[in-house]
Amino acid sequence: MEKLLQVNNLSVSFDTYGGEVQAVRGVSFDVHKGETLAIVGESGSGKSVTTKALMRLIPQPPGRIKEGEILFEDKDLAKLSEKQMEKIRGKDISMIFQDPMTSLNPTMKIGNQIMEGLIKHQKMGRAQAKKRAIELMELVGLPDAANRVDQYPHQFSGGQRQRVVVAIALACNPKLLIADEPTTALDVTIQAQILELMKDIQKKTDSSIIFITHDLGVVANVADRVAVMYAGKIVEIGTVDEIFYNPKHPYTWGLLGSMPSLDSADEDLYAIPGTPPDLIAPPKGDAFAARNDYAMKIDFEQQPPMFKVSDTHYAATWLLHEHAPDVEPPATIQRRMQGFAQEAELKTKGDRS
Amino acid sequence: MARYITKRLIYMLLTLIIIATFSFFLMKMLPGTPLTMEDKLSEAQKEIILEKYGLNDPVPIQYLKYMGGLAVGDLGISFQFDNREVTDIIMDRIGPSMQLGAQALIIGTIIGMLLGLVAAIYHNGFLDYSSTFVAVIGKSIPSFIFAGLLQYFIALKLGWFPVALWGTWQHTVLPTVALAMFPIAIAARFMRTEMLEVLGSDFIQTARAKGVNKFGVVFKHGVRNALIPLVTVMGPLAVALMTGTLVIEKIFAVPGIGEQFVTSITTNDFPIIMGTTLFFSFFFIFIILVIDLLYGLIDPRIRLAEGEK
Ligand SMILES: Nc1ncnc2c1ncn2[C@@H]1O[C@H](COP(=O)(O)OP(=O)(O)OP(=O)(O)O)[C@@H](O)[C@H]1O
Ligand code: SF4
Ligand SMILES: [Mg+2]
Repeated sequence: MEKLLQVNNLSVSFDTYGGEVQAVRGVSFDVHKGETLAIVGESGSGKSVTTKALMRLIPQPPGRIKEGEILFEDKDLAKLSEKQMEKIRGKDISMIFQDPMTSLNPTMKIGNQIMEGLIKHQKMGRAQAKKRAIELMELVGLPDAANRVDQYPHQFSGGQRQRVVVAIALACNPKLLIADEPTTALDVTIQAQILELMKDIQKKTDSSIIFITHDLGVVANVADRVAVMYAGKIVEIGTVDEIFYNPKHPYTWGLLGSMPSLDSADEDLYAIPGTPPDLIAPPKGDAFAARNDYAMKIDFEQQPPMFKVSDTHYAATWLLHEHAPDVEPPATIQRRMQGFAQEAELKTKGDRS
Repeated sequence: MARYITKRLIYMLLTLIIIATFSFFLMKMLPGTPLTMEDKLSEAQKEIILEKYGLNDPVPIQYLKYMGGLAVGDLGISFQFDNREVTDIIMDRIGPSMQLGAQALIIGTIIGMLLGLVAAIYHNGFLDYSSTFVAVIGKSIPSFIFAGLLQYFIALKLGWFPVALWGTWQHTVLPTVALAMFPIAIAARFMRTEMLEVLGSDFIQTARAKGVNKFGVVFKHGVRNALIPLVTVMGPLAVALMTGTLVIEKIFAVPGIGEQFVTSITTNDFPIIMGTTLFFSFFFIFIILVIDLLYGLIDPRIRLAEGEK
């Protein structure tokens, strides 16, 4: 598959009074054309900072891209000027934010907010842009678009607003859509509708999506590949199947173990012990070592490299070193993994029938 | 909208009646009469005058007479100025005060907003600190000091504008500048705080993610959202500025209403006190109405709420 985006060794820091917060520490990943890459990880692991850095939306100061390349269609976005970035934002890469209640301008008509990108990037006149805005509103499933285009955000419900946000993001047919927890603030039925909408549109336009979420259930539903982030690093990356059925990193085990599933009502949910490390002074060895039941001596001294599991599956844990003892995931988590496998099988069967 | 405004106008009227009643009785409770200072008059002469102005009537009768006059727009006759109509006196004096106040308000608000905007855009930079410096100066140094400095340097030394008095537009320049320092400071401070808050909000990020440039982010998305708190503080300020400022009017020898008001209080000139109070109250309520309408213009959420009433 063709690569759309290639991120190499990206590091982002914030200079605060307390010191340099190393929010993202050497992250590398690719996004292929037409695929959906999910990024999962605890709060504060650097998911939003990573994706904002891709669009160069990190507030500067205090933030800065310390090093790394963001190769997007042979351009290194990390090195472009603000003017050049303005031409890419909203046109080639666009973003959907978490909270639809605050991500629209309360004093600007919905239509104008959708039209803004069209007028800027596609050089449309106002009349033409408005027509297109109405089409987009219909595309994202907002009824009575011709009238509602002149309304203000407070006249829309949360789910409708998120549809508007999706319409804004899609206005110029971006090649890459970044969705930062686009459904977290919505109730479950609306969540499903928005996800359905995004999948639908992706099929029609063949765009790529980076999907940030806390919800592993959503990951299984929408993603092709998954990157697991911990303390500013990607600790495991692979296809959905590889991450769900054959996870290698103890942190991924913990995440899967703490994920509630439909039939796990009576099971004990696993909670990863401890808290993430301080990113002002990250530990010398593996950042997860202090919370890891399987940690070995080397874990406190050296950071593990990315070990290759398969062509598509990599994990940064010393457990994959050839001299490491064989460690199996804890029994509860193994049960969960089997559960996922069964669920998935049921699903594929269901799809076929 | 028309219905809303009509309703507001009726409330205004009621408020004015209540204010008139209160100030009437409060004034009656003040010690002394307009003749307290007139030592040259004999008791009999005073009695004649009191009788002539109806000041010997029982208070409720006086009240009814006054309100009756008010209903037909008659504010009564001044005790001290050759029996001139109060309405005339106020109208004569209010012109210069209003003009100075309005000029200072408009110029001050515009300059202040620009300063605040620049400060917010270049947050923590040199321009931010400079604009904050100007704001602190404008807020902490009293206007009569500026007035003195302006008179000395601009008028006396440079001779660009007249030192004082009233007549041509040149006469208005220095008092306007002296008065404008305060609105500049207030507008700059509010604009900066609000703009910083707005620039940090989610929808600004959405706008930037669309590719909107810095200019568009600030002016198309930012300013309008930052204006609401500013409008709130500018209202009372508008009233304070436009109803005459004693000090500035004295320094620049402007024939404004500020001085008039104070003199009328020291001489117990009841009709003038009442008339001016009512006029100021009317003006204040009117400004509140204007502000409420402005809110609606700026913020569509407020507009809808009003439409539903
Ligand atoms: N403006 C900032 N100044 C200082 N530190 C920041 C700033 N923005 C983010 N950080 C830090 O960067 C780290 C990563 O934050 P980020 O928002 O990327 O987390 P996240 O993975 O998106 O979490 P969540 O799931 O809660 O959204 C956090 O430790 C956070 O404190
Ligand atoms: S490298 Fe060591 S500490 Fe880190 S996850 Fe692997 S085993 Fe645990
Ligand atoms: Mg986040």
